[in-house]
Amino acid sequence: MFGKLSWSAIPTDQPIPLIAAGLVALGMLGVAGWITKRGWWTLLWTDWITSVDHKKIGVMYVLLALVMLVRGFIDALMMRTQQALAANGARGFLPPEHFDQIFSAHGTIMIFFVGMAFMVGLMNFVVPLQIGARDVAFPTLNSVSFWLTATGVLLLNLSLVIGEFARTGWLAYPPLSELAYSPGVGVDYYLWAIQISGVGTLLSGINLTATILKMRTVGMGYMRMPIFCWTALTSNLLIIAAFPILTATLAMLTLDRYLGFHFFTNDLGGNVMMYVNLIWAWGHPEVYILILPAFGVFSEVIATFAGKPIFGYRSMAAAALAICMLSFMVWLHHFFTMGASADVNAFFGVMTMIIAVPTGVKVFNWLWTLYGGSIRFSVPLMWSLGFMVTFIIGGMTGVLLAIPPVDFVTHNSLFLVAHFHNVIIGGVIFGAYAGYNYWFPKAFGFTLDERWGRATFWCWLVGFYLAFMPLYLLGLMGATRRMQHYAEPEWQPLMVVALAGAVLICIGIGCTVVQLVVSIRTRARRRDATGDPWDGRSLEWATPSPPPAFNFASPVLVNERDTFWAAKQAGLPAPGLPEMPAPSSVPVPERSGTGFFIAFFATGLGFGMVWHIWWMAIAGLLGIVGVALRLAWRKIDETELGGDAVAAPYLARDREAA
Amino acid sequence: MSTVVDNPVQTITRPVPVSQRGPAPRHVVTTYGMWLFLLSDIVMFSAFFAAFVVLRDHTAGGPAGHALFHRQTVLAETACLLFSSFSCALLGLGVEHRHKLATYGAAAATLVLGAAFMTLEVSEFMHMIAIGAGPGRSAFLSGFFALVGLHGIHVACGMLWLIVMLAQVATLGFLPKVARRLQCFALYWHAIDIVWVGVFTVVYLGAFT
Repeated sequence: MFGKLSWSAIPTDQPIPLIAAGLVALGMLGVAGWITKRGWWTLLWTDWITSVDHKKIGVMYVLLALVMLVRGFIDALMMRTQQALAANGARGFLPPEHFDQIFSAHGTIMIFFVGMAFMVGLMNFVVPLQIGARDVAFPTLNSVSFWLTATGVLLLNLSLVIGEFARTGWLAYPPLSELAYSPGVGVDYYLWAIQISGVGTLLSGINLTATILKMRTVGMGYMRMPIFCWTALTSNLLIIAAFPILTATLAMLTLDRYLGFHFFTNDLGGNVMMYVNLIWAWGHPEVYILILPAFGVFSEVIATFAGKPIFGYRSMAAAALAICMLSFMVWLHHFFTMGASADVNAFFGVMTMIIAVPTGVKVFNWLWTLYGGSIRFSVPLMWSLGFMVTFIIGGMTGVLLAIPPVDFVTHNSLFLVAHFHNVIIGGVIFGAYAGYNYWFPKAFGFTLDERWGRATFWCWLVGFYLAFMPLYLLGLMGATRRMQHYAEPEWQPLMVVALAGAVLICIGIGCTVVQLVVSIRTRARRRDATGDPWDGRSLEWATPSPPPAFNFASPVLVNERDTFWAAKQAGLPAPGLPEMPAPSSVPVPERSGTGFFIAFFATGLGFGMVWHIWWMAIAGLLGIVGVALRLAWRKIDETELGGDAVAAPYLARDREAA
Repeated sequence: MSTVVDNPVQTITRPVPVSQRGPAPRHVVTTYGMWLFLLSDIVMFSAFFAAFVVLRDHTAGGPAGHALFHRQTVLAETACLLFSSFSCALLGLGVEHRHKLATYGAAAATLVLGAAFMTLEVSEFMHMIAIGAGPGRSAFLSGFFALVGLHGIHVACGMLWLIVMLAQVATLGFLPKVARRLQCFALYWHAIDIVWVGVFTVVYLGAFT
């Protein structure tokens, strides 16, 4: 009846996951109680869960990412504590079995459910506004994408209390991840959580690509798009080209584990290195899927806070496209030690160095945008400046690792761990924070508190250097990654410094929460009535904040780059205003529970497959088909919003501003 | 739309660049999204093709392709799919002329040919498993069953989709959204045909060289 699932799946002998799960349950009950007290359930259902508005879906992605950032960071803190303690015979507080699950979960969460969710959320929110579109190409599909990501999150977090998570590292290399060496459900949780959320990501990539290529407003030629749209386009093209490889690779491992196939097994002709090649053929483009939107955020922020158009616009767009192409030609640098010939290693080493060139072009363009600008040191710009310094260090250690002989020495050492955290924290997380502070007032109509924003920034910046510079040194001293304990006492002081850095970052995350709470409590005072708090340049700032469901009351006409800025300079009205006194009506896509229900059944499918509860898996699959069929026969696809309703947000803005 | 340019004075002399002509109509956006999906699907197939080619000689002492495949069966399968592409094109004509009977007829032909293909493929699989050449026998057979099976699943899903579309035509008529979906179906059906050409060449013809 319940497959492999029994009461013994609950880890009653391990206090840490149980306490964590208890706290999560308590938190969820608290939130549920609060919503009940306020009577917000209906509102939550109609305005958020079933919403197909790209802005609300974007906000939900970012919220999901922030929650998962806390979860993933607690994992990080536990690992740093363990390594600060477990030297020279000491065993620390985490048993090896548990430690292995934690580093696997940390990597999986941070890449798939923090980095990806945050960047997809920002792109969802911003891109249609910036290109003057009323929504994405496929609004209901967008909701499906988001909820499938939520399914992945749910499955991964279920593994905390029901069963176990993978102990294989975040990419689940075989043969360790094969049934012979990982007979438990941990790898299955990994496979189904990533597979289901990966489908969501792929659909989101298709959606945003179609939106950027086919939904741009009149006059919004490619060479007039804001740079964020360029980087979003390249990122989503990479999603379309790379995520199917991940789907295929994980499907092969799933076939090995469930149906006795021999793709990656040690026996009967399986080839382990084929998995490593395939997973990195997705994995390397993946890091550019994450960083390209962040590059776009920095481009927007730097141009806005320098009060200048972006320097070298064409080279910026070209650099993004070059990175998009080159990112598929470097995957082998993740395993120079595989034993490929010197020629092969040399080729991939050189390609890796070449990909640093367009990135360098971008850095110089940002510097020259700042040069001679009237700079305002607001929080988003601080993140951008911190990024430039930090990311360059990470980029240089990356070029160092691109030299195959050096890589042979530093492979799988803490030097590598320091390198990729240097680029992912310094690039993606800093970019996420910059974008969060920059676009928050657009989403909610009030600005975030500057003081707490600065505190967050400094804690993260200093904390990052404290936490990861020691790891570079430790890597050079010979420390490998994923150590539950080690014998060398001389490593311990540096491990303690790294822990101190992690604690400082923890305070930074605390400051993020405080910033949000303080800002919400003082929102009346920080209300931005204009919709343009930063004196922005691109079209999203031409709408009221928060923007109306239809984004623009009338079709936007674009005549140049930075249209909104140019209109302001020329004293012209903002583009997209309602045609007064008789505004025309606007079609708005109908809200739909399709995404939520598909995700509900997908969760059943995933959970059933993990635990071999076949009836539940089949019911989940049939449920998905049923929900899709229901959508196919839907009577109303969009509703017409009358002229008065269209004009209302604009009139309210004018009243408030006056 | 073609009157919108930077400088109104130039309206007559300079055409608006394609990229500035504004949003595409709904049916273009929908089919464009379908194209993107199909491209991603083909990337997924290419990963399975790559895996198959890597593992082709890893027979682990088990049977190799030339001992298992029958050229006649594969020829019949190929014929089924290619003719079904033809009937699928006729389906497109039926939809274009909003002609229900022609649509049903062409769809029925497509379904019959698809079912014939599936029967041939499933019986080939059953036979191989029966003689001990199932996917667990060797890495080569794992790659074979995964690649060809994935294509088979695509054909089966396509048939289910077509049945749903017939029900849509019957109940909703040729609404614009129904016509768009049929157009997407046609793209899908032709795409998996193209994938079959790859399967035919790499897997089956490759086994005899």
